Amino acid sequence: MKRMKVVAEAALPTTVVDDSETTVDQFRSKTIFGFWLYLMTDCVLFAVLFATYGVLHNNISGGPSGHELFSLPFVLVETLLLLTSSFTCGLAMLATQRADKKQILIWFGLTFALGVAFLTLELTEFTKLIHEGNSWRASGFLSAFFTLVGTHGLHITSGLLWMGVLISKVVRQDLTPGLIKRLTMLSLFWHLLDIVWIFIFTIVYLIGAR
Amino acid sequence: MLGRLNFEALVHDPITMGGIVAGILAILAVVALMTYFKRWNWLWKEWLTSLDPKKIGIMYIVVATLMLLRGLADAVMMRVQQATSVGDAHGIVSSDTFQQVFSAHGTIMIFFVAMGFMFGIINLILPLQIGSRDVAFPFLNSVSFWLFIAGALLINVSLVVGEFAAAGWLAYPPLSELKYSPGVGVDYWIWSLQIAGLGSLLSGINFFVTILKMRAPGMSLMKMPIFAWSVLCAMFLVAFAFPILTATLGMLSLDRLMGMHFFTAEGGGNPMMYINLIWAWGHPEVYILILPAFGIFSEVVATFSGKRLFGYKSMVLALISITFLSFVVWLHHFFTMGAGADVNAFFGIMTMVIAIPTGVKVFNWLFTMYRGRVRFTTPMMWFLGFVMTFTIGGMTGVLMSLPAIDFQVHNSLFLVAHFHNMIIGGVLFGYFAGIAYWFPKVTGFRLNERLGKYAFWCWVSGFLLAFMPLYALGMMGATRRLDHYEASMGWQWLFIVAAVGVAVICVGVAFQILQIVVSTLPSQRRSRLDLTGDPWNGRTLEWSTASPAPVYNFAVIPTVTDRDAFWASKQAIVDTKLKAVTQKYSDITLPRNTAMGIYIAGFAGVAGFALIWHIWWLAVVGVLGVITCIILRASDEDTEYTIPAAEVSRIETEFFAVRSQL
Repeated sequence: MKRMKVVAEAALPTTVVDDSETTVDQFRSKTIFGFWLYLMTDCVLFAVLFATYGVLHNNISGGPSGHELFSLPFVLVETLLLLTSSFTCGLAMLATQRADKKQILIWFGLTFALGVAFLTLELTEFTKLIHEGNSWRASGFLSAFFTLVGTHGLHITSGLLWMGVLISKVVRQDLTPGLIKRLTMLSLFWHLLDIVWIFIFTIVYLIGAR
Repeated sequence: MLGRLNFEALVHDPITMGGIVAGILAILAVVALMTYFKRWNWLWKEWLTSLDPKKIGIMYIVVATLMLLRGLADAVMMRVQQATSVGDAHGIVSSDTFQQVFSAHGTIMIFFVAMGFMFGIINLILPLQIGSRDVAFPFLNSVSFWLFIAGALLINVSLVVGEFAAAGWLAYPPLSELKYSPGVGVDYWIWSLQIAGLGSLLSGINFFVTILKMRAPGMSLMKMPIFAWSVLCAMFLVAFAFPILTATLGMLSLDRLMGMHFFTAEGGGNPMMYINLIWAWGHPEVYILILPAFGIFSEVVATFSGKRLFGYKSMVLALISITFLSFVVWLHHFFTMGAGADVNAFFGIMTMVIAIPTGVKVFNWLFTMYRGRVRFTTPMMWFLGFVMTFTIGGMTGVLMSLPAIDFQVHNSLFLVAHFHNMIIGGVLFGYFAGIAYWFPKVTGFRLNERLGKYAFWCWVSGFLLAFMPLYALGMMGATRRLDHYEASMGWQWLFIVAAVGVAVICVGVAFQILQIVVSTLPSQRRSRLDLTGDPWNGRTLEWSTASPAPVYNFAVIPTVTDRDAFWASKQAIVDTKLKAVTQKYSDITLPRNTAMGIYIAGFAGVAGFALIWHIWWLAVVGVLGVITCIILRASDEDTEYTIPAAEVSRIETEFFAVRSQL
C-alpha cells in the first residue's frame, strides 16, 4: 500500500524542498516533472513536422498524392495495434502500483509485442511505397510524409528499446522506487506516442486518403 | 571506408594554414605545460568529470572565451577585407574563404560564445541564488556541457579537415542545399549546431525544473531574485524554441543526405518554409540570450545602487510578456519575402509592441539608480554602457519594424549594425558585467578594477567606431557580406573607421585577459581577497555563502522571508558567530563525479563527424556508443556520496570564524 501512495504522489508536483530524509521523494517528483517537460518539447518537434507536412502535402511534383497511396484498412489495423498497446501499457502500470511483478511482465511483454507488430506493419508500408518508386525522393509531399511518420516510428523504436531494458530489469531486480519511476516515465512516453499517432492517423491518412 | 574524406581535405590557403598552425602550436603548448606540471590527473578528477555546476560553469566560460577569440579573429579578417578590398585591390582572402569566415563568425558568436557565457553564468549562480545545493539533474547537466563541447570541437575541426559552410550563419536554402553547396561545409554547420543544440535543449529543461522545484523554502515565485526570473523565462523559451531548430536542421540534413525535398528549389520543396522555421526558433533565441543579461543587470543595478530593485513586479511582467511576444515577431526577419501587407503589418506592430516591456525595464533600472548610493564599479560601468548602446540599438530596431523602411535596409549593413548593437551592447556587455560581478563568488578574490575599466572604455569606444559607420554604409546601400566593392562608391573611409574600431575592441579584449592574469597573481590577489563571501554588500542568497562557495553550496538550506533574502538576513542577524556555534549540521548527499557525459558526447561527436563525411559504419558506431553509454549510466546505482556532518561543521565553523573577525 505504501508503494501505491508513492506512485500516486510521483505524478503530483510537490513544493517541499530540502531535508535529506525526503530526497528520494523529491528526486522522483523532479524527474517526472522534467520528463513531462521533455515530452512537451517532443510535442513541439512533432508540431513542426505536422506544420511542414501541412505546407508540403500538395507539393506532389507530378508524383502520386496521398489519395492514390494510402490504404485505410491497413492503417486502421496499425492504429488498433497501437491503441491496444497503450491499453496494455496502462494495465502494466496498474500492476506496477500493486507491485505485482508477474503481471507487470505479462502486460509490458504484450505491449512490447504489439509495438513490434505496429512497427513491422509500418515498415511494410514503407517498403511497399519505396518498391513502387514512391520513395522520399519523389516529392516534397513524400519527404514530409516519410519524415513525419518515420520520426514517430523512430520514437516507437526507442520506446521498444527502453521497454526491453526495463523488462530485463524487472526480471532481475527488486521493484525499487527508482525502477518504478522509470516505468512511469516509459508509460508516459508510450501514451504520448499513441496521441501523436492519432493525429497522424487523422491528418495524414484520413484527410489524405479522401 | 572513409566516405568523402581524403587527403585533399587537409589542403588550405595560406591564411587558413597560418591559423591552423597557430592553433595546433597553442594546443601543443598547453599539452606540454600540463604534462610538465603533471596536472592531467587533476584536470580529469577535479574538473572534466565533475558534476558540480560551479565547476561546469567555469568550464563553459573558459570554452566560450576561447571561442570568443576565434570569432574575434574572424571579425578582424572581415573588417580588414572590407577596408582593403576596393577597386583593383582584392583584400586578404578569397571570396570563398570570406564567405566561410562570416558564416563561422556568426555561428560561433551566437552558439558557442553567447550561449556558452549564458549557460556558464547560469550554472555558476542560479543554484546559489535560489538557495539550492545543486541543479535538478546534475548528470544531465554534464551531458549538456559535453555536447556543447562536441559541437564546438566539430566547428573547429572544420578549419583543419575540409571546409566550413559558406552559406551564412543560418544557411538559407536553396544555397545550403546539396546542389549549390556540395561540399562538407554546410554539413559541419548542421551537425555542430545539432549536437550543441541538443545540449542546450537538455539544459533548458534542467534549469526550468531546477527553478520550479528546488527553491529554498519560503521563496515563492514573487520572492525570487530577478536573475532567476529571467533564467526561468529564457529556459521556457529554450524548451519551446530549440525543438524547432532540431527539426529544421534535421530536415535540411535529410535533404542533403537522403535526397529529400523539404527546402529544395525543385521536386516540390519550399525554401521559404525553412526561413520561417529557422526564425521561429531564431527570434526566441535572441531573447534567450538577452533575458539572462537583463537579469544580470537587474542584480548589478540593485546591488551597486544600494537599493531594492525599482518596480520588481513590472520587471517580472515585462519578462513574461517578452517571453510570449518573442514567439510572434519572427516574420520581421523577412518582410521582403512577400507575405502580403496584412501579415507584414501584424508582425510589424508586434515588433513595436515588444519594445514596450523592454522600455519598461530600462526605466526601472534607471529609477533604481535614482537617489541610490551608486558605486561606479566595473559591472556598473558595463551597465551604463549597455543602457546607451542598447537604447540606440532598440531605436534602430523599432525603425526597422516598419515594413516600408525594412524594405529599404533589408540585408544591408544597417541591419548588421543593429543586431550587433543588441548582441554586443546588450548580451555581451551583460555577461561581462555578470562575470565581473560574480567573479569573487567563484574564485574568492575580486578582479582588478582599473584594468576592467580600461577594457570597458576600449570596448565601448571600439564598438561605436566599428558599428556606427555601418549604419551610414547601410543607408548608402552597402549590402552585408560584401567581399569587394568599387572605389567610386565612396565607402572605403567608413570601412577603415570600422576596422579601426575592431582594433580598439581587440585592445579591450587584451585588457580583459590581462585583467584576469594580473588579478590572479598571488601578490595581487592578496589585496583583493574576499573572506566575507560578500564583497559588494550584496542582496541575494549567493552572497551568504563563503567565496568560493563550498561544494554543497549551503550547509543548511536557508529559509526565505523576503525578496532580497540575504539583505534582509543581514539586517536581522547581528552575531553570525553565534549562529555558527548553535547550528546543527546533518550529512549532505551529493552526486559523484562521472565521465559518462564525456563518453556520450564523444560518441555523439564521432557520429556527427561520420555523417558529415558519409562514413556510415562510423556513424553506426557513434550512435550505438551513445545508446550503450545511456543504458550503462541508467544501470549505475552508486551515483552519490555523502559528506559527513562533522566535515560540514568543520568547514562552516572555519568560515564563520573568519567572517566574524572582519
